[in-house]
Amino acid sequence: MTNKRIPGSEAVILSLIEEGVDIIFGYPGGAMIPIYDSLYDYSDKIKHILTRHEQGLVHAADGYARVTGKPGVCFATSGPGATNLVTGIANAMLDSIPMVCFTGQVGSSLLGTDAFQESDLIGITMPITKWSYQVTKPEEIPEAVAKAFYIAKTGRPGPVLLDITKDAQIAMLDWKYEKCTKIRSYVPELPVDITHVKEAVQIIDEAKKPLLLLGQGVIIGSAENELKEFIEKTGIPAAWTLLGLSALPTEHPLNVGMLGMHGNYGPNLLTNEADVIIAVGMRFDDRVTGKVSTYAKKAKIIHLEIDPAEINKIVKADVAILGNSKKSLQLLTERVKENSHDAWIKEFKKCDDIEFEKVIEKDIHPTKPGLTMGEIVRMASEKTNHEAILVSDVGQHQMINARYFKFKHSRSHVSSGGLGTMGFGLPASMGAQMGQPDRTVFSVSGDGGFQMTIQELGTIEQNKLPIKIIILNNNFLGMVRQWQQLFFEKRYSFTKLHNPDFIMIAKGYGIEGNKVSKREDLDAAMQKMIDHDGPYVLEVTIEKEDNVFPMIPAGASVSDVMLEA
Amino acid sequence: MKQEYIITVYSENHIGLLSRITIIFTRRKVNIESLTVSESAIKGIFKFTIVIAETRDQVMKMVGQIDKQIDVLKAFYHTNDEMIYQEIALYKVRTESLYDSDTVEKMVRKAGARILEITREFVIIEKTGHKDETQALFEELNQFKVMQFIRSGRVALTRDPIERLSEFLKERDIFLDSQNK
Ligand SMILES: Cc1ncc(C[n+]2csc(CCOP(=O)(O)OP(=O)(O)O)c2C)c(N)n1
Ligand SMILES: [Mg+2]
Repeated sequence: MTNKRIPGSEAVILSLIEEGVDIIFGYPGGAMIPIYDSLYDYSDKIKHILTRHEQGLVHAADGYARVTGKPGVCFATSGPGATNLVTGIANAMLDSIPMVCFTGQVGSSLLGTDAFQESDLIGITMPITKWSYQVTKPEEIPEAVAKAFYIAKTGRPGPVLLDITKDAQIAMLDWKYEKCTKIRSYVPELPVDITHVKEAVQIIDEAKKPLLLLGQGVIIGSAENELKEFIEKTGIPAAWTLLGLSALPTEHPLNVGMLGMHGNYGPNLLTNEADVIIAVGMRFDDRVTGKVSTYAKKAKIIHLEIDPAEINKIVKADVAILGNSKKSLQLLTERVKENSHDAWIKEFKKCDDIEFEKVIEKDIHPTKPGLTMGEIVRMASEKTNHEAILVSDVGQHQMINARYFKFKHSRSHVSSGGLGTMGFGLPASMGAQMGQPDRTVFSVSGDGGFQMTIQELGTIEQNKLPIKIIILNNNFLGMVRQWQQLFFEKRYSFTKLHNPDFIMIAKGYGIEGNKVSKREDLDAAMQKMIDHDGPYVLEVTIEKEDNVFPMIPAGASVSDVMLEA
Repeated sequence: MKQEYIITVYSENHIGLLSRITIIFTRRKVNIESLTVSESAIKGIFKFTIVIAETRDQVMKMVGQIDKQIDVLKAFYHTNDEMIYQEIALYKVRTESLYDSDTVEKMVRKAGARILEITREFVIIEKTGHKDETQALFEELNQFKVMQFIRSGRVALTRDPIERLSEFLKERDIFLDSQNK
């Protein structure tokens, strides 16, 4: 590497190139102009996607990271640009998404003076970043960027933020880049302790009713194959969390479905029958456990986890195996005995049959005239041979998406789990499409959430992103309305929506679209959208007051899962 | 059961780390009873001593969260009886109260306190000890009206014969290098 003198702004771009970044999601402003000026010289090497709102860019970077496993990179200017990132950073933090955010900052001499567009982004984002650093001198840039990428993607991933003052962007430095390979105060992952593996093996070998819970840690650790090998050797049924979706093919015979508040009947009910629970890369979120004091009381808990702070945080582990799930699973598989649990798996099948009759059949083959979310989502999945990527927004449709879309490949389900951020879906689908340009990407949102980031239709059109956008329009903030119906005597306090003509809006943005409200038109409309070369918006008017079942009422036990109201 | 715990944190000297650590407590609405930060025996490494009253379970979880911060080298927790600890208190009383009788002087002697400075108007008394001790002296002196009073945060050492920080750093270095291979 030559030791040439360059401005800090150029060092930022060169550092990104060194880190293998080929796409930035950004929005410029005064405190970022020098960096944008340098980017102009390198636009053949790095693509920049200009969104319509900073919330759009941060969710796009998130979606990109989820489908590729690479950190999403964000640019935003100081003050309002930076504060507009906050929701997206919090979202990435709760879902352990690798992300590196660059925010411009006022000149270092103005820090703390309430200068124009000054906001204390380091202070604001401290609780929602894995790490953050304010750069005030140009020569700090290479090392800070190298550290940022190392921290964002190693161990349990997460968002990091670099706040770069304008003077540090303008002043010169001697350019030299070295990747970060260690930080003495940071242990990304511990080596797997074999004594714990052996303890776990003994418990697993003796188990009569074992259940594996797979979380996003399997996907983050690229441990999909190791997981499959483990369950196939032991014959242990596996249930996935919302963020674990797609880590295993939906149709794998040992996949017993989704955990949690609106998960499948079997895995929820039978959690409380299991004698051993093997939790892999999941954190016992309250949406999964329901009432913790009655959760899995008959089971010994084996917890495979990379983050030591997650052990015993919610559920006490009888055996904790710290480390990377890929290695832990490998070591377990080598040692466990071959086994099968046919009678136990039959219990799941029995539950499936009950759920099918009481819920699924009505959702995907409804006999009533109104269209259901379930039939639409399942149709989208089938028409793409279950090969597509599904990006969801937040609400009833999110749960229906998770329940009825099927997956063949990992990293194919993008959904805001921990924060439950309405407005996430549409922008996240842009990042997903850019990360996987050759795959079909569905963005399936509700009428409420869609309007929170609707402006990103502009970004989609400008970049000709061929996203298949479905709006499931029930004219309600459906999920809230469902709670009001079930637990607040149908007092629909401020959940009804008067919506615009979504198709006219799409057309205004230069995007084709179509609206459907009859079952007989759905198939053709869906096919037309999928065959369309380019972005497309399909609005479907659905039954207004449908509910999502099964449901574990808030604060109830997983075994209190309800199949109907 | 809630009881007093002393949390000790070794960290890099990074701006903002104090905030990162304190928000771990405030987020859970846990009150920090005392907080002391200063450079450790090793240059560039800082030591935090934090006192809170909480259950062991909650303390373990919060220490886990502190340990997880990138710039934190290591965090420990101990009960009071596992550590040797002190606080320092300063008392300002009117100089007249020493002239009138020898009561104040006796109190100072008995408490093992000392006089730091005497001016025409006031005397500054210093005492190190546990909170109940510095508090007891305050109550006694207050018969003569303590004009000003301040107590420091706690400092504490473990009963280990040596500070293990430098060994810890060496081991960490070897460990991280071995992980990179
Ligand atoms: C930013 C944000 N605000 C509020 C909520 C609370 N919330 C959760 S689901 C929901 C309703 C979503 O309505 P819609 O987008 O129409 O989806 P539906 O439930 O009807 O499928 C609301 C308001 C949220 N999750 N995120
Ligand atoms: Mg709705």
